[in-house]
Amino acid sequence: MSTYRVRGKGRVDASKPIVFTFDGKPYTGVKGDTVASALLSHGVHLMGRSFKYHRPRGAIAAGSEEPNALIGTRRGAGRFEPNTRATVQEIWEGLETTSQNKFPSLKFDVGAVNDAAYMMFSAGFYYKTFMWPRSFWDKVYEPFIRAAAGLGVSPTEHDPDTYASRNLYCDLLIVGAGPAGIAAAREASGKGLSVVLVDENAEMGGSILSEPQAKIEGKTSWDWLSDELADLKAAGVKLMTRTTAIAYYHENLIGLVEKLTDHLPTLPADTPRERMWRVRAKQVVLAQGALEKPLVFHGNDRPGVMLAGSAQTYLNRYGVKVGNSPVVVTSHDSAWYAAFDLQDAGAYVQAIVDTRAQVRQDLQAEARARGIPVKLSHTVTATGGRLRVNNVRVNPLSGTNVGAGQWIKCDALLMSGGWTPSLHLFSHTKGSLTWDDDLTTFLPKDTPEDCVITGASRGLWGTEAALRDGATRVGEALAKLGVEATATEYTVADDRTGSGVMMRELPTDRSPGKAKAFVDFQNDVTAKDLRLAVREGMRSIEHVKRYTTNGMATDQGKMSNINGLNIAADALGKKQPQVGLTTFRPPYTPTTFGAFAGYHRGEHFEVVRKTQIDGWAEENGAVFEPVGQWRRARYFPKAGETMDQAVTRECAATRASVGIFDASTLGKIEVVGPDAAEFVNRMYTNPFLKLAPGKCRYGLLLGDDGYIRDDGVIARVEEDRFHVTTTTGGAARVLNMMEDYLQTEWPDLNVWLTSTTEQWSTVALNGPNAAKLLAPFVEGIELTEEAFPHMSCVNCTVAGYPARLWRVSFTGEIGFEINVAAPYGRDLWEKLWEAGQKYDITAYGTETMHVLRAEKGYIIVGQDTDGTVTPQDAGMDWAVGKKKADFVGMRGLKRPDLVAENRKQLVGLLTEDNSWLEEGAQIVFDPKQPIPMTMRGHVTSSYNQGTTGRPIALAVIEGGHSKMGETVYIPMPDRTIAAKITGTVFYDPENSRLKI
Amino acid sequence: MIQIHCPYCGETLPELEFAYAGEAHIDRPVSPTEQTDEEWAEFLFMRQNVKGPHFERWRHVHGCGRFFNAVRNTITDRFYTTYKAGEPRPDLATLLEEDNK
Repeated sequence: MSTYRVRGKGRVDASKPIVFTFDGKPYTGVKGDTVASALLSHGVHLMGRSFKYHRPRGAIAAGSEEPNALIGTRRGAGRFEPNTRATVQEIWEGLETTSQNKFPSLKFDVGAVNDAAYMMFSAGFYYKTFMWPRSFWDKVYEPFIRAAAGLGVSPTEHDPDTYASRNLYCDLLIVGAGPAGIAAAREASGKGLSVVLVDENAEMGGSILSEPQAKIEGKTSWDWLSDELADLKAAGVKLMTRTTAIAYYHENLIGLVEKLTDHLPTLPADTPRERMWRVRAKQVVLAQGALEKPLVFHGNDRPGVMLAGSAQTYLNRYGVKVGNSPVVVTSHDSAWYAAFDLQDAGAYVQAIVDTRAQVRQDLQAEARARGIPVKLSHTVTATGGRLRVNNVRVNPLSGTNVGAGQWIKCDALLMSGGWTPSLHLFSHTKGSLTWDDDLTTFLPKDTPEDCVITGASRGLWGTEAALRDGATRVGEALAKLGVEATATEYTVADDRTGSGVMMRELPTDRSPGKAKAFVDFQNDVTAKDLRLAVREGMRSIEHVKRYTTNGMATDQGKMSNINGLNIAADALGKKQPQVGLTTFRPPYTPTTFGAFAGYHRGEHFEVVRKTQIDGWAEENGAVFEPVGQWRRARYFPKAGETMDQAVTRECAATRASVGIFDASTLGKIEVVGPDAAEFVNRMYTNPFLKLAPGKCRYGLLLGDDGYIRDDGVIARVEEDRFHVTTTTGGAARVLNMMEDYLQTEWPDLNVWLTSTTEQWSTVALNGPNAAKLLAPFVEGIELTEEAFPHMSCVNCTVAGYPARLWRVSFTGEIGFEINVAAPYGRDLWEKLWEAGQKYDITAYGTETMHVLRAEKGYIIVGQDTDGTVTPQDAGMDWAVGKKKADFVGMRGLKRPDLVAENRKQLVGLLTEDNSWLEEGAQIVFDPKQPIPMTMRGHVTSSYNQGTTGRPIALAVIEGGHSKMGETVYIPMPDRTIAAKITGTVFYDPENSRLKI
Repeated sequence: MIQIHCPYCGETLPELEFAYAGEAHIDRPVSPTEQTDEEWAEFLFMRQNVKGPHFERWRHVHGCGRFFNAVRNTITDRFYTTYKAGEPRPDLATLLEEDNK
């Protein structure tokens, strides 16, 4: 048995030893231990180094609020987790743990030089130091900050674990299974309600686990606890341990994270590591308890200095003495009990130092009976010891005078500054707080949610008070659920109640400017930093917090916020509520990304939409690209081809003979009804009222601000039926916009809108041989210039399938788009592919489509336009109906800034040296002007794989339409490229190739 | 996550099914071409940006697809009511009074 383990104490199973490692060294703990309790059982207090000063640190607490003892945990490849709290992680055989923030070793750390330079690293250090010279930022400051910042080391491997998520609906959710929560659950159980009780610890019971001396209803507290939990389980209450309520969202939606495997020696098959529960509870009881406050004095962070209540927990719950000769320093009664328990367990308490002059007689008598020296009206002014506290300097207080110090040897220093109600979840509800002068803390007041708060979270102290309050307060929730409640009257013997006084920094005879009296242990913020922040002009607690980083670490100031507030308020000469408390935000404790992501990872991260022809593309070696949520074939490389080579080949083949393209992803909206033509006419810039059935027209969609939103070809299939196409990425947006105008501006129009994107497979054939290839498959129309001219549409049969056949072109060649019911798409494609072999048919992807359309000057909305481009800017005034009474955007186009001179306009660019331009490159008029240059536009599209024998580009340039033939310049890192402004059509400006 | 009552479906459903659609009761002028630049700018760009009860539009986009109106408190996210598009703006004082009960 290890030195500090106390036989017969605690809830651990001493007969079941467990070996784990810490920094490579094996340690033996027992079943039920956390890493912290097991290390403490071997007298190991040094568990980590602090964030900023790299000071040696040990566990200060015994629960999830622990700021210091952060470790890395490992379970084989991929399963490394940094910043695990040693006070929470349960041990199992073979667990590997490592300390953090140290180099080369925990006991000797080079970074501790920061500690010696303490005077430099004061509040606002970063703001003040890293200001100038500017050139230092990239080379000196940022690398330094990056190297110094962060806790632990990020995992670098793929996480092999799975994470689950579930929804849960219940009548009553109780957060916290201490006495108040359990009493609340008892009142609610057996009444036909679905009740859930959750607790973040491995065991339920809360403070009862640390107080075995109490007798509840005549039973020992632990017997009472196990009977009670068994009863609740039998009554159908859902009991969830290792489950943290991380957040309280609107309308009683609570996020729970249940840890399922981190405590297990072997991973069970098919079990997620963690499970996120989204609980929608009709009523919620918050019984989160209270957190003990540290005292603020020089050296209060040395390993071996810890919270008195936590020492009591280590003893009573884990059977571990945190020291053999501890000193207790306190301003609250509760720490006296920790001293008594330790003394009774065989430790020799060297002194109880209490800052108060008056302390309850019964406590003093009990101390005397145990032979513990008591020092009332005393303060602690320093601690000693390098990696572990070994003495403490105690001074008498007389009014504000601090007398001469006396060093007392010790191996642990237990402190208590009183208790802070845990109001985190209550704050998430936007609950209001009220300041309590007697308890010097904030207490919960009102909340907009259906929630009651009970127990120590309300500032109550003692098991009996918590039990009675839980039983009473739950009545409010039960009444709202329509259930009658009678609060059980609990009686507890040997209960421990008490009170205390609030302390800021403990009085000292030393220079406060040199004191390292820590308030926020995780972020290394001292009392001096807080006072400095106030002296330097910070007035709001929010500013003090950000300037000093007090409360901004991963523990969210669970221990530091109230101490920080008390000190800042004192420095400001104001009352605490006038300075205010910072807002607690979710999550309550650090939460893994895995728990939030749940199932949404890998292929399930986002939907991948595939067309019916996608499989053919994959089998034929397509390289894909994501477009919106679609995966589209980008190009079809032959063996050994680069992308440029493949695209060049596809472009040439399409212009020479025929290319086949999967256009199924285009958005499609069916607009049907007696007023369909009127509706389309009002939505799009172009005139549609007189478009005859069987004809297609290009449509440009604007917002009412006059800017281009989308475009596409629109076919009038029948008198009252339009087949509207949209851009691939814009389909949902366009349908939403159409529905908006239809439902809310023109509800009088009799029109139905239906998304048909996935109902059609669309195969595009383009090239001089397109008609020849297609004609034998088509029944019902002759593919001649006369019978089926450009921009026609017809319902016919293609390859035996009913089809909507369109004669349209996005390449400048003879073009067809064949729409068939989606499932027939691949068969149609394969038939055309087979028959096309005699024409050397070539499958092309989106890249070739982009090149061919750019050669014709056809825009891509979102690439050549950016939400501030009008039809006139894009050179598409021809698409705007001049005789229309109204359309969306018509009035917007007349806005003064849209008709102003010198707007950026879409033009072509040809580089003088035939080089290719980067898309997005900025354009200037005078390349010799000083930097920063005046940017006049940018390149929107640029290709070098086309059929014109030279690179082409599209660009938007100020006043571009009136600058034809002028030269502009594109400065690049290595040179400046000159280019000539041209029209946007680079290929077949007469459109002669569209004719059959 | 809030829950929203769709006045068309008659059900209260998770926020995830809905999409926010801006301030309510802003009618597109019947004859936009007769609008002055100032009037048109007012219609296009000017919004109340209310702190407190706000008349606004939502769409039950992953449900019935209908646009409807709501009165929501922008501080607390509380919905006082939802009502169909085209219905008159409810009296705010009455709504708040009912909500206090």
